[in-house]
Amino acid sequence: MQFLFRHPLILSSIKILVVFMALSGVVAYLVYMERKVLAFMQARLGPMRVGPWGLLQPIADGLKLLLKEDIVPARADKAVFLLSPVISLVAAFSVFAAIPYGPGGWTITNPNIGILLILGLSSLGIYGIILGGWASNSHYPLIGSLRSAAQLVSYEVAAGIAVVSVLLIANSLSLVVIVNRQQQMGVWNVFLNPVAFVVYLIAGVAETNRNPFDLPEAESELTGGFHTEYSGFRFSLYFLAEYTNMVLISSLAVVLFLGGWLRPFSSLRWLWPLDYAPVVALVGAGAFVLWLGLQSRVRGERMFFAALAILCAALAGVVGIPLVLSSIQGVFWLTVKVLAVLYAFIWYRATFPRYRFDQLMTVGWRRLIPVALSSLIVTATMLIWTGYRVVPLLAANLLAGILTAWMVSVRGAGNRSRPTREAI
Amino acid sequence: MTETTFLDANELVINMGPQHPATHGVLRVKLKLSGERVLGSECVIGYLHRGVEKIAENRTYAQFAPYTDRMDYVAGVTNGMGYCEAVEKLLGVELPPRAQWTRMTLAELQRIASHLLWLGTHALDLGAITPLFYTFREREEILSIFENYCGARLTTHAFRIGGLQYDLYDEFENDIRKFCDDFLLKIDEYEQLLTTNRIWMGRTQGVGILSAEDAIALGVTGPVLRGSGVRWDLRKAQPYEAYDKVEFDVPIGEHGDTYDRYLVRIREMRQSVRIIRQCLERLEPGPIFGKVGKVIKPPAGTEVYHSIEGPKGELGYYVVSDGTVNPYRVRIRPPSFVNLQALDKMIRGHLVADVVAIIGTIDIVLGEVDR
Amino acid sequence: MTDELKSPPPGGPAEAAGPPTAPPIPAVTPPAQKQNDAPSLKPAPKPSVKPEPWVSPLVEALQERFPGAVSDCLIFRGQPYFSVRGEELIAVAEFLTSGEGGSYVFLTDLTAVDYPKREKRFEIVYQLYSFARNDRLRMKVLAADGEKVPSVTGVWAGANWLEREVYDLFGVVFDGHPDLKRILLPDGWTGHPLRKDYDILRQDTAWVRANLKIESGQ
Repeated sequence: MQFLFRHPLILSSIKILVVFMALSGVVAYLVYMERKVLAFMQARLGPMRVGPWGLLQPIADGLKLLLKEDIVPARADKAVFLLSPVISLVAAFSVFAAIPYGPGGWTITNPNIGILLILGLSSLGIYGIILGGWASNSHYPLIGSLRSAAQLVSYEVAAGIAVVSVLLIANSLSLVVIVNRQQQMGVWNVFLNPVAFVVYLIAGVAETNRNPFDLPEAESELTGGFHTEYSGFRFSLYFLAEYTNMVLISSLAVVLFLGGWLRPFSSLRWLWPLDYAPVVALVGAGAFVLWLGLQSRVRGERMFFAALAILCAALAGVVGIPLVLSSIQGVFWLTVKVLAVLYAFIWYRATFPRYRFDQLMTVGWRRLIPVALSSLIVTATMLIWTGYRVVPLLAANLLAGILTAWMVSVRGAGNRSRPTREAI
Repeated sequence: MTETTFLDANELVINMGPQHPATHGVLRVKLKLSGERVLGSECVIGYLHRGVEKIAENRTYAQFAPYTDRMDYVAGVTNGMGYCEAVEKLLGVELPPRAQWTRMTLAELQRIASHLLWLGTHALDLGAITPLFYTFREREEILSIFENYCGARLTTHAFRIGGLQYDLYDEFENDIRKFCDDFLLKIDEYEQLLTTNRIWMGRTQGVGILSAEDAIALGVTGPVLRGSGVRWDLRKAQPYEAYDKVEFDVPIGEHGDTYDRYLVRIREMRQSVRIIRQCLERLEPGPIFGKVGKVIKPPAGTEVYHSIEGPKGELGYYVVSDGTVNPYRVRIRPPSFVNLQALDKMIRGHLVADVVAIIGTIDIVLGEVDR
Repeated sequence: MTDELKSPPPGGPAEAAGPPTAPPIPAVTPPAQKQNDAPSLKPAPKPSVKPEPWVSPLVEALQERFPGAVSDCLIFRGQPYFSVRGEELIAVAEFLTSGEGGSYVFLTDLTAVDYPKREKRFEIVYQLYSFARNDRLRMKVLAADGEKVPSVTGVWAGANWLEREVYDLFGVVFDGHPDLKRILLPDGWTGHPLRKDYDILRQDTAWVRANLKIESGQ
């Protein structure tokens, strides 16, 4: 028995299974969360029918997608058509092997080239999209997949450059080291290099094909983009991959810039009450659920919410045990931060219209890349010149970022410039 | 893979519609693309053709009125008003003031509702999903006013030839006053989301430019014409009902692009509120029906063309009488149909994404285009 | 329902030539009686119930420039209209768009009316508008079945779809139209629905059966 658990393969397998299951659940409820948050911002209720407060909606959606007919267009390249969603999904999920969820054993694996592995693997997902669009043998998917390819290539550059400036600070490619470094510095990387963070976040939104960069699947233009011809189960794979990528980008942003699993102000000992945040959060969630239950007039719902509240209370009790508390500390903070970033993603979607393709390219190449480059150069210079000191790094980066942003935007902005149509 | 596919061609011909989320119904646009750039286009319409004009010849004057609601089904009140006025003109009937003010009030509310629907869907086409829900929230209030007045929300058949069927309900004025007060703030809210949004400006400015000369040559009317900088509004130019007795401005654009048309419509909504408030002030008790017989028989051999400023442009009715109870011919001059002609001119050289923006900015309703 | 309409009275006696925007007329047939001769029941005085001759400088200018081409200049409810011979249509149209002719640069509408018993059964109706004068004008061209009418797309570009619609629904062929084909009905359709001798039972039943898999009128 001991041997079994000590064997790295077995332990890893268990971890992989746990992460996979958890991730699937998270992604399913991410969709629910997105719908609820959007509804909240749009003066409506969102899913309310399946289960109390629509809580079972993700399960219903999943079942519906599984049971729907899996249509393969007559003239599609069948093998590729069937395979490509799987490519996307596998790429999206496999990346999570290298994400550190907490200190110590809370990783599946900790390769010393973690960030490279992640960037490489996640880029593979685009093959699923391109091949899927191609194999559909139809106009809209083709345009959608080409857009997607161009978009990914453009924004990976910006995102990559932004990541490099973090690597310079951490002096390592390992994500665990990057987080530890932030603890040593006593400050998160976002405060050392906010410009790189902003660039990374924007590029991340673009890489996940989210609004305002959701051109590859722009519904109003391309009906569905690359997945127009997909239905049922295969469509759900793409769907899952997209939301998994969202979680991935958020997790990476958190790990690289927002201190990963670190508690806010983790270097300040006297803020120890913050350590009890998980307990407070669970109690709060229980209270909220109880309140929801009291609002409800349906007997079944009241029971459900009461049970949920009791569950939350029980969990809070368990978490309150010092040993448990200290071990889940990291995961808790990582989750909270990831959720915050995801919330921002959803918020963008509720707020912005969609870019046009040429504008998307302009933003990528002519705005983000110069800004990211300037931030990289300044970071490197400052690291050599002043060493790892917070204030000079921050000041120089901000200054350079604002300056570059101003320089690159002056050209395009103009005073209500109305471009004339290009001659054909 | 020996068979040839569309990939072998350099130019791509794609069919946008008739089932497409952004063609606002069953419009089909054949696009010839080079990459994503539009080389040319052709509109294929008629999927919703119901032969309304033929139906008119087989109905009495009064029977045909409800059919007009089914053309521009998001602006049923103005459609019905145009038809009623045309027949009234043919008969030479004059309306009592109360009927006129009521008609204007409801017509302006309908204009707001139509513009709101346009704003929501147009923004949705450009990827902004939130304004749709806000605009529908306000549109709902207008529709419930309609419902309280005449029992229907969309195809209202609110007016009759010669006046009104129903007098106003008790809370009518209060409801509308309250709506007007709230609505101005709501417009600010929409504008906050869009007017100065960089992405919105980028997507609409310089897109789908239609010069004033082209607009006039193509017969374009309504906000599209005004967006091109022609200050022409039938409510001012050839006032009907009592529009000559109210004060309002006619907003125009400057560049003739999608952004200007957006601004024009937003401002028009504010002006409509202004008109509605004046109408409510003038609304006094009195008769609501002019002198029209129960059988409507305009004199033989007469004909009139009457047009009103619908939410989408000039909505005209050309009615020919042969002295019987059925109109000999009813020609409907649909603003959407004529405005849609300008599409090809506007989208050439633009990208596919702009096609969506431009179809949205013309503000068509296929029920009216195809009739 | 294909009642023939007598051709419009050629300039009736100018009795009670009131203002064009006529005072209310009680065009009432008392509901109890079903008499065809409505006017006899009306109380006096009668406002204009028929079109009256239209006299204006524009008419004179037209008649002077195009002798014999312009006829039936009438006005009803303040709306003037006149007929033009098909041959001179383009010339008249160009004159009307010019500043001298009132700059009717805006073609509001183009449609047709079918009078099957007349010698020239189609009346093509052009609704013109002048921004300069803020004035409307209605121009008509008579055409027999099969007779070609010159296309005005060269004068008013907006006539394109409108002429296609008239072609589609009436079968009037416009000479010189850039792309004259059906617009509302399917390309393979036969027949022109807005003709008076057309109805749902006489429509293209074969097309309906072949393409929609239903019987006409179903």
